[in-house]
Amino acid sequence: MDKDAYSSRKLASDQNKDILLSMEDISVSFYTHRGIVKAVRNLNLQIKKGETLALVGESGCGKSVTAHTINQLVPMPPGKIESGKVIFEGRNLLDLDDKEIASLRGDRISMIFQEPMTSLNPVFRIGDQIADVFMAHHDIKKDEAMEKTVKLLELVKIPAPERRIKDYPHQLSGGMRQRAMIAMALASPEPGLLIADEPTTALDVTIQAQILRLINELKQDINMSVLLITHDMGVVAETADKVIVMYAGRKMEEADVYSLFENPSHPYTQGLLNSLPSNKKYTNATRLEAIKGTIPDLLTIGNECPFENRCPHAMTVCRESFPDKTELADGHSVWCYFVDGKGKE
Amino acid sequence: MEKLLEVKNLKTYFTLKSDRIGSRPEVVKAVNDLSFDVNKGEILGIVGESGCGKSTLGKTILKLNHKTEGEILFKGSEIFDLNDKDLKDLRRKMQMVFQDPFSSLNPRKKVGSLLAQPMQIHKLGTKEEIDAKIDEIMKEVGINPVYKGRFPHQFSGGQRQRIGIARALMLNPEFIICDEAVSALDVSIQAQVLNLLLDLHDKYKFTYIFIAHDLAVVEFISTRILVMYLGKIVETAEKKELVGNHFHPYTKALFDAFPATDPKGRDERATVLMGDVPSPINPPSGCYFHPRCPRAMDKCKLEYPPLKEVSPGHKVACWLHE
Repeated sequence: MDKDAYSSRKLASDQNKDILLSMEDISVSFYTHRGIVKAVRNLNLQIKKGETLALVGESGCGKSVTAHTINQLVPMPPGKIESGKVIFEGRNLLDLDDKEIASLRGDRISMIFQEPMTSLNPVFRIGDQIADVFMAHHDIKKDEAMEKTVKLLELVKIPAPERRIKDYPHQLSGGMRQRAMIAMALASPEPGLLIADEPTTALDVTIQAQILRLINELKQDINMSVLLITHDMGVVAETADKVIVMYAGRKMEEADVYSLFENPSHPYTQGLLNSLPSNKKYTNATRLEAIKGTIPDLLTIGNECPFENRCPHAMTVCRESFPDKTELADGHSVWCYFVDGKGKE
Repeated sequence: MEKLLEVKNLKTYFTLKSDRIGSRPEVVKAVNDLSFDVNKGEILGIVGESGCGKSTLGKTILKLNHKTEGEILFKGSEIFDLNDKDLKDLRRKMQMVFQDPFSSLNPRKKVGSLLAQPMQIHKLGTKEEIDAKIDEIMKEVGINPVYKGRFPHQFSGGQRQRIGIARALMLNPEFIICDEAVSALDVSIQAQVLNLLLDLHDKYKFTYIFIAHDLAVVEFISTRILVMYLGKIVETAEKKELVGNHFHPYTKALFDAFPATDPKGRDERATVLMGDVPSPINPPSGCYFHPRCPRAMDKCKLEYPPLKEVSPGHKVACWLHE
């Protein structure tokens, strides 16, 4: 019987051999005293093995909530996962109990955050904190875990790792702390998915370049998948393979990184790229082409396209319902009535 | 060109509390012997990584910090020599916009009274005049004056930053220091605020010092740029010259490190600068940048290079240019 279960699972995994994680029709809401905030709405995404998927958007777009849904870090209440599945290696993570999900966290699915000082424990040595991750998931002795820790710190290019394992977090610089966090995320015999939530936002730009390069190299060396959460289109351009642009809980555009930057199609994506002063078109310009208005209050958004009030191409139909997917090219999709031509009189 | 501000050999040091009895207190040289001028009507961008002293410099210029040595001349008079009354008059002409629009506005005051305060403090205008001015300035920064009865928390981040700018405008200043004024904002809002600052510059001919860590923002808004590293100026030039013709290895590293908004060719990018920014308490010997510099020579380890003019208005502190 065990054998049957094994082979049926193996069969299922063969069919989607390349897909490591898929989220299907995920909706997450927060029930606050002011009303229901629909933070993520009917979101689908897939990450293949060895691929970096970037979720990009401004504050409140639901990118972090999406990431937190994967390893069940959404606080419930007030949060509630209204619908959907998170399939990781053939299992729906939303069906797992606390113990089962805990065994995946830090082992097969790891997370690094924006501010490494607040995610490392200030009263324990770096080495002990990383070794703990090994020991929590696998039956190994402290000495062996420490040896592995030194190797990991070498892997993330922390100089003199034998000495550094005895340091406390405050003794490391910001960039080194983020390296230590990445080492901790890799503390597994077989890291599967790394969720990086704004991993370089708190770092200086020369340090950011180092960390982005490190994540890229590691991804290639150990065939790990990365879900990168960021607000910075520059970071996306440097690291992502695929990109999902989110706005107010909705997916607006999805494409591989080259098509997205070459042919941004959603008015929001275009506006976002035009808002960047580093955009090449501004070499001699005196003003930026800004998106007018502000992000709407999530409490008040109904079924309309949430970008409608800021969109230069808004039509009546945009106020009535959210558009269906329009496929522009292989793997490049957009959700917009203006692009698909419907609603034009 | 008329000089509005002259900074000569300015030093701002902070002494840290020593952690052991009898040990020598450590000194942070936040601003370490800087000299530069700001001309009337220009936008001087100051860019650098954390700990380079850019914010301390901005605060010292407004006398919000002490200075250790050197001179700061605003229209020819040393601001640290002024008596309280003259300083107060001077402060009308110099204003500051801060980074965090959440903590720089008093949460208990309505927008109307936040904006009235600068004029009340300086005893300018009657109540009606102040009211009229508030309406005018709120329109100017793109906020409907009917909202002046609202509290700061009822506005979004971008609107709050507009209120911060409005407050700086209430006294018709000549000179505004923007300290990371757009870095807390979402990119779509950041673009709006940058445009607003430029509109105001065109209309009122303000002089700005624009302090930021974001090179793209500084490059866009400034007419002249000053690059700082550990309390020192490493390079300064007119914007076009600095962008097209920068010389210092650190300036080059900053431009290289900045992520391009184009994924093409990302795998063949120039080498990444290694190492961390050293502590300003114990800066390295010689040129502060030498431990990270890909082109460091023996001389760089021994002596700090002087800031030398390499072409009109373009100054570099680097031994490579000898």
